[in-house]
Amino acid sequence: MQNSFFNRGFQRKRPASQHVLPPGQYETQDFPVLSAGPTPRIGTTKWSFGLDGLVTNPQQWSWTEFNALPQQDFTVDIHCVTQWSKFGTQWRGVSLDALLALAGPTPEARYVMAHCYGGYTTNLPLADLTGGKAFIGLEYDGKPLAADHGGPARLVVPHLYFWKSAKWVQRLELLAEDAPGFWERAGYSMYGDPWKEQRYLDDDEDLAAGTR
Amino acid sequence: MSRLEWQVATVEAVLPETPRVKTFVLRLPHWQPHRAGQHYTLRLTAPDGYQAQRSYSIASPPEQTGQIALTIELIEEGEVSGYLFEGVQAGDQLEVRGPIGGYFVWEATRQAGPLLLVAGGSGVVPLMAMLRHRQQASVPNPTVLLYSVRTPEDVIYGQELQAMAATDSTFTLLLTFTRQAPTGWTGYQRRLDAALLTEVLRRFPTSPQCFICGPNGLVEAAATGLAAQGVPPENIRTERFGPSSNP
Repeated sequence: MQNSFFNRGFQRKRPASQHVLPPGQYETQDFPVLSAGPTPRIGTTKWSFGLDGLVTNPQQWSWTEFNALPQQDFTVDIHCVTQWSKFGTQWRGVSLDALLALAGPTPEARYVMAHCYGGYTTNLPLADLTGGKAFIGLEYDGKPLAADHGGPARLVVPHLYFWKSAKWVQRLELLAEDAPGFWERAGYSMYGDPWKEQRYLDDDEDLAAGTR
Repeated sequence: MSRLEWQVATVEAVLPETPRVKTFVLRLPHWQPHRAGQHYTLRLTAPDGYQAQRSYSIASPPEQTGQIALTIELIEEGEVSGYLFEGVQAGDQLEVRGPIGGYFVWEATRQAGPLLLVAGGSGVVPLMAMLRHRQQASVPNPTVLLYSVRTPEDVIYGQELQAMAATDSTFTLLLTFTRQAPTGWTGYQRRLDAALLTEVLRRFPTSPQCFICGPNGLVEAAATGLAAQGVPPENIRTERFGPSSNP
């Protein structure tokens, strides 16, 4: 895949990151905002969050009910498809394992569509939300999560590109088959593994292998 | 060749736009029509193998076949923009991949209603691709570009936009200068606010499709303001850059 092409006179100018960066990424200290439309402002009195679709006990929580669930601190590295990575971000929220245990996925459930206030959607395999890999973030850096970063509550799945970590999340729908969400319909990867640099649909493994 | 393979483009021209902005015209061996608003990713490789990549909006319309124009702002300490500004001239080669992006796009044949484009600084670049595409397609939809810049010397594509406004009665250019306006300027001289957005919306017979591109603060102000004026959120498309999202 590597070729012999290089740009004469180009050399590293940014200090090398202390961290191992996924391919094509650079480290940033700030937290850039990227969204496709206006920022939805959802008052916590009107907010709810639910788990439904292929589950035995569909769940829906009010803001008060959700905040009463056991919360944990998470320190995670995040990687945006627009090439920035941010290391050691600190969150507080509710583990998806706890939420899924309450809902009880049926055996057919293999994928998840995140539905959000404002209409955003994104798709993920269910297995990527279990085993301590994902949570619903309520606080960032010790403060309530700001609206432009997805507050009051955001799905956080740090091992995938950050567009999978849906802002303003409202509901997770468990599905038997994978279906593209908002950016996925616009040509972005169905899975989005930063370490395999799966930015766009063309980068997905099943496409590369010619099986789809 | 797959749609998004890296390809080696040849720099045909480097055009100064403002003291901090240049347009790089690239000839592509595997050019394909893009949609106005899309971007390319540009990758630099050092002799030791170190690579850095950044995404840049396309300024040229899809009607300009065989080549793309990328208009790029020099970022403080920018590793990629710094090299492009210092080291790259006509005849050089650059690796690119694209076109990318399927939401912040405007197509003359499919979205021929009223159009409001709002730009802050170099956020004008993808909107310029839309305006050039609109001009090439000769679509008469009422169109306004509301363009916020700090000072007169920061206006990118100034002459071309003025000429477009002078020759096309369906296109209106509204500049606002946030730090220093030209001598004798009678137009807007402030950041985008509710009153300004209301005035701009009044120019449209019906609620326009909106595209907003610029720094996050401006985009947030414009998107929130337009939604508050009753523009349906699904008709407001945004592209944001922060202090560090595109060094």
